Amino acid sequence: MNRIRALLSGRELSIVLALFAVVVVTTVVNPAFLNAQGIHDLFLNASIIALLAIGQTLLVITRNIDLSVGSVMGLTAYMSGQMFIADHETPTIVVVLAGMALGAACGAFNGALVAIAKVPALVVTLGTLYVFRGIDYGWASATGVHQINADQMSSGFLSFGSGSILGVPHLTLIALAALAIAAYALHNWRSGRELYAIGSNPQAARLAGIPAGRRVFTAFVISGALVGLAGVLHASYFGTINASVGTNRELAVVAAVVVGGVAIFGGSGTVLGAVLGALLLTTITSALPILGVPAFWQRAVDGAALLLAISLDRAVMVRMAERLRKERSLRRA
Amino acid sequence: MRERLLRWETILLVLCVVVFTWGSATTAGFGEADNISFLLLDYTEVALLALALLPIILTGQIDLSVASILGFCSALTGVLWDAGMSFETIVPIVVVAGAVLGSLNATLIVRFGLPALAVTIGTLGLYRGLAYVLLGDRAVTGFPDAYRPLVTDTVPGTFLPYATVLVIIVGVLAAVVVHYTPFGRSLYAIGLGEQTARFSGIRVQRVRFVLYIVSGALCAVASLVYTLRYNSARADNAAGLELVAVAAVLLGGVSIFGGRGAVVGVVSALLLMAGLRNVLFLNDITNEIQNVINGLLLIISVLVPVIANLLRGKRHPMPAEQRGQPPPEETPQDPVAATAVHGSPEEDQR
Repeated sequence: MNRIRALLSGRELSIVLALFAVVVVTTVVNPAFLNAQGIHDLFLNASIIALLAIGQTLLVITRNIDLSVGSVMGLTAYMSGQMFIADHETPTIVVVLAGMALGAACGAFNGALVAIAKVPALVVTLGTLYVFRGIDYGWASATGVHQINADQMSSGFLSFGSGSILGVPHLTLIALAALAIAAYALHNWRSGRELYAIGSNPQAARLAGIPAGRRVFTAFVISGALVGLAGVLHASYFGTINASVGTNRELAVVAAVVVGGVAIFGGSGTVLGAVLGALLLTTITSALPILGVPAFWQRAVDGAALLLAISLDRAVMVRMAERLRKERSLRRA
Repeated sequence: MRERLLRWETILLVLCVVVFTWGSATTAGFGEADNISFLLLDYTEVALLALALLPIILTGQIDLSVASILGFCSALTGVLWDAGMSFETIVPIVVVAGAVLGSLNATLIVRFGLPALAVTIGTLGLYRGLAYVLLGDRAVTGFPDAYRPLVTDTVPGTFLPYATVLVIIVGVLAAVVVHYTPFGRSLYAIGLGEQTARFSGIRVQRVRFVLYIVSGALCAVASLVYTLRYNSARADNAAGLELVAVAAVLLGGVSIFGGRGAVVGVVSALLLMAGLRNVLFLNDITNEIQNVINGLLLIISVLVPVIANLLRGKRHPMPAEQRGQPPPEETPQDPVAATAVHGSPEEDQR
């Protein structure tokens, strides 16, 4: 009985159940939801946001946040287009590496302000959200290139984005690889576990000799690189880019992470949960039009999901604290 | 005297004068009455949102949903107007709607004890989403000509638009409440230490609740101004304006950790930003670049106290308390420590 309860209280399991419910209900309404193309699209869309969610998880675990992810993603997506305008035959790997480097640089800028100047991440990244987006637009208007289309990019790059191995899209494979590496590092590496320590009690972590500033900075750089990768993948998958790619994406990412069970106060959560959260929200988003709900509801759903998730977490926490208090008083008696 | 001269609010006022002098010296048309009216009118909504945010940030919390409440109320105005309701009926309904959205924030933050940051990121999306649900991507226009002048016309004989008069009234009210009433002092107390404030008899929960409701209502008022000014109710009205409002409050010298700041600082920051924006506008600098500047202003405004403390720390290696003086207003605050202190065991034992 206790084991069942332990399993059921796991956030990952409850998300899988919710996901299952959404898929079943939508398929009953419209069986076309579960055809091969539908699943393919679902995984592709979820893969890009999953990469953002993995990076965001690293930050939220340390009690930080990055609201500039949408802008960084837009910037790197735009840069990949510009690289093809400069040289139509740019090798895909060069674009990917350049995008990750630019993302990491943006992350380093955020991270430096947060870790060295000790300015709250919320304020810093709210500011850089507009700074990075402005650079994106500025670049577009300075060069006069407001939209980059598929025929301007190399065919190798486009087929990389839309290709698949054994039916699994490349993008999904990349997201799964990032998930596996991040999950392993967070769980097994000393520096990974230290992120949890920093998030659950920053002062204690510092007193215990954990280089908190350096770890937070690194988390920002890694997250930035993943966001940069997501931008490049967006470009290669959609084939059309303008300076507004990724606008308002920060809400969806934070929602995915929090729905996935990563506590906004830091110190707990897993990347697997965050990725499942991203998958759940993407599934709901694509199920909405099929269920006859206008697409206008999407932002409201993201916001409501975030509120619901933090409320649930709070309820669980309160109940757990109560149970612990009861157990303690029983032991004392 | 030197302390007073070096106060951030004073520096801001000087910067304001510099920007306005520089503007009128270098930019044709900047100093004209028409332009000054336009400049003031252009910032009315931001000013109302910033004045709504100011007391909340003073208590060490935040409301990122202000611009979304504005958007929702604007969409609601459009829907009700479309339904044939008279504007006199719409106004109270919209203000109450804003207060209700604010009280939803308050319920989640105060009653359920959820972090304000996460809640208002959520309601930022939720309220904006609901605005789209109400109005879709269409715009309601054609508000009667009788109401627009109530916002955009200037008070006869002056360059002050009526909307600015409204901002001045709200600003003066805010200054009186924040600086000269026990309620205002309790905001600072809560910002400096919630536990201590509670133990000294301040009803922290109730204060917070009131702040969010007032904030919602003020955002609704701002939405009416916005809708009439542009003669357009749209779901995406004022999208992203929360950044400008937060930037104005922080640039105005209000500490993001709470407990420090003054209304005069925020008003100076608003004037500074409005002047800067207008000069850029007259020089054909695009909106996107202005967003960059607002973003940079936000970052700079949180960096300034850090740098100031670094400089001060070098000049006076010993903490102020040990020198037998009252601590300076800018007590060095570690963001991490500031969040950790709330509800920590040491506090409980006192």
